[in-house]
Amino acid sequence: MSNGKLKERLDSCKHYQKFDAYKIKVLALGNDSLEKTIAIAFSLCFVCAILVSFAAVVLRPLQVENKALDMKKNILDVAGLMGEDTDINQAFATQIEEKLINIETGEYVEGMDIASYDQRKAAKDPAQNIILTRAQDIASIKKKAKIAKIYLVKNAGVIESIILPMHGYGLWSTMYGFLALEADGQTVKSINFYDQAETPGLGGEVVNPNWRALWKGKKVYSDAGEPVLKLIKGVVDLNRTGSEFQVDGLAGATLTSNGVSNLVKYWMSAEGFAPYLDKIRKEG
Amino acid sequence: MSAVLNSETKKVLTEPLVNDNPITLQVLGICSALAVTSQMSTSLIMALALTAVTACSSAAISSIRNHIPGSIRIIVQMTIIASLVIVVDQVLKAFVYDVSKQLSVFVGLIITNCIVMGRAEAYAMKNPPLESFMDGIGNGLGYSLILIIVAFFRELFGSGKLLGIEIFPLTKDGGWYDPNGLMLLPPSAFFIIGLIIWTFRQWKPEQYEKADFKIMAISHGEGGHH
Repeated sequence: MSNGKLKERLDSCKHYQKFDAYKIKVLALGNDSLEKTIAIAFSLCFVCAILVSFAAVVLRPLQVENKALDMKKNILDVAGLMGEDTDINQAFATQIEEKLINIETGEYVEGMDIASYDQRKAAKDPAQNIILTRAQDIASIKKKAKIAKIYLVKNAGVIESIILPMHGYGLWSTMYGFLALEADGQTVKSINFYDQAETPGLGGEVVNPNWRALWKGKKVYSDAGEPVLKLIKGVVDLNRTGSEFQVDGLAGATLTSNGVSNLVKYWMSAEGFAPYLDKIRKEG
Repeated sequence: MSAVLNSETKKVLTEPLVNDNPITLQVLGICSALAVTSQMSTSLIMALALTAVTACSSAAISSIRNHIPGSIRIIVQMTIIASLVIVVDQVLKAFVYDVSKQLSVFVGLIITNCIVMGRAEAYAMKNPPLESFMDGIGNGLGYSLILIIVAFFRELFGSGKLLGIEIFPLTKDGGWYDPNGLMLLPPSAFFIIGLIIWTFRQWKPEQYEKADFKIMAISHGEGGHH
């Protein structure tokens, strides 16, 4: 429809004529009159609301896609499957298997829509979460979802790596990340944090590839089955016994380092994924 | 280009760079200058976002300036600014997701950046839309200039990199440069901004502020009672 035609149609509309007359009347009023103040406030809010909701609605599909793609990229990355020019969607679809598990029992949950399950949302939903007591809550997360979404990499039907979501509080922010374990449920393959707001350059170094590489080959559980893997101050002496349970702390970021230790301990304990990992080990 | 730009437009575009810089002379927008300048990439996006918001909000406010009731003037300005900031935030999330993740809350905090409102009040309320738009761009660029200078030093000396590309190999990766951790913390931006202000004022002595009051010599026997 051309502009001229639209204007003609509008001009012939009775409501528009009324609106137009009112507009002229209001604009002619003194700026400080009550009527004009209210009219201006109302129409400004109306225009701004349309602008904001238009942007939100139009851009939403792109944002959702970005978010999903970013998540897949992080999962492929922690699994060691992310190359320079990997097609993220295709690699994820062919190599990663998503699973839901009941955190308390470690059993797989069947019959739920895996793709649409959002563990972060579920952790906030009273029907789907567990409130933690202060003694339990070493990672300072206050509540956790009853059902966790984990990822498996399989080769010819045999599990190669287990990718577990973890989160916990650092210095400024809740850090969200993944820990990739080998099929023994004991040896670390890799770790990454995809959402954190620690001090860039200090605590923010949790994303540094060099630091993350230090985790490869570390062990999570002691002989007694306790999760003992943690960050220590300074550099780990690789010749000492027990060094397989230690990772270099982040220089200048003691509280972030403590946060990482705590969240690994929490999610690897009986509160977290220990029941599931026990089951995997038994089943082989 | 000079034929298109009349003297007023030229003035509002170039004055805020050094002579009337929003950060160093007007001392506005310091908080975000401290917060986002530990890396060049976040600073550049922040600078771009703020310039866009200042320019568009100034133009929008200026175009309705004759009809803004005095009693709700500030709220009207805030509504326009806030709406534009939300739009910018949504656009960043849709097109540069990684950067928007790093900037996190700071894009939203453009709403509270004094430069945007400062320009709306000081310029856009009294001048026509095109000039106000240019004034917004000019002040945005002045802000950007300082942000980029600060980020340059902070990223270079704090992490040995520029725009994420390694310039000084760090000792922890087997290089020779031991990074200065202070550079990564917000206070370092204070020192750098202070040095920039000092440099500008050495270069342009007319930027020195006149003292608000004079310290007088205490006459005998009056000191030390308080």
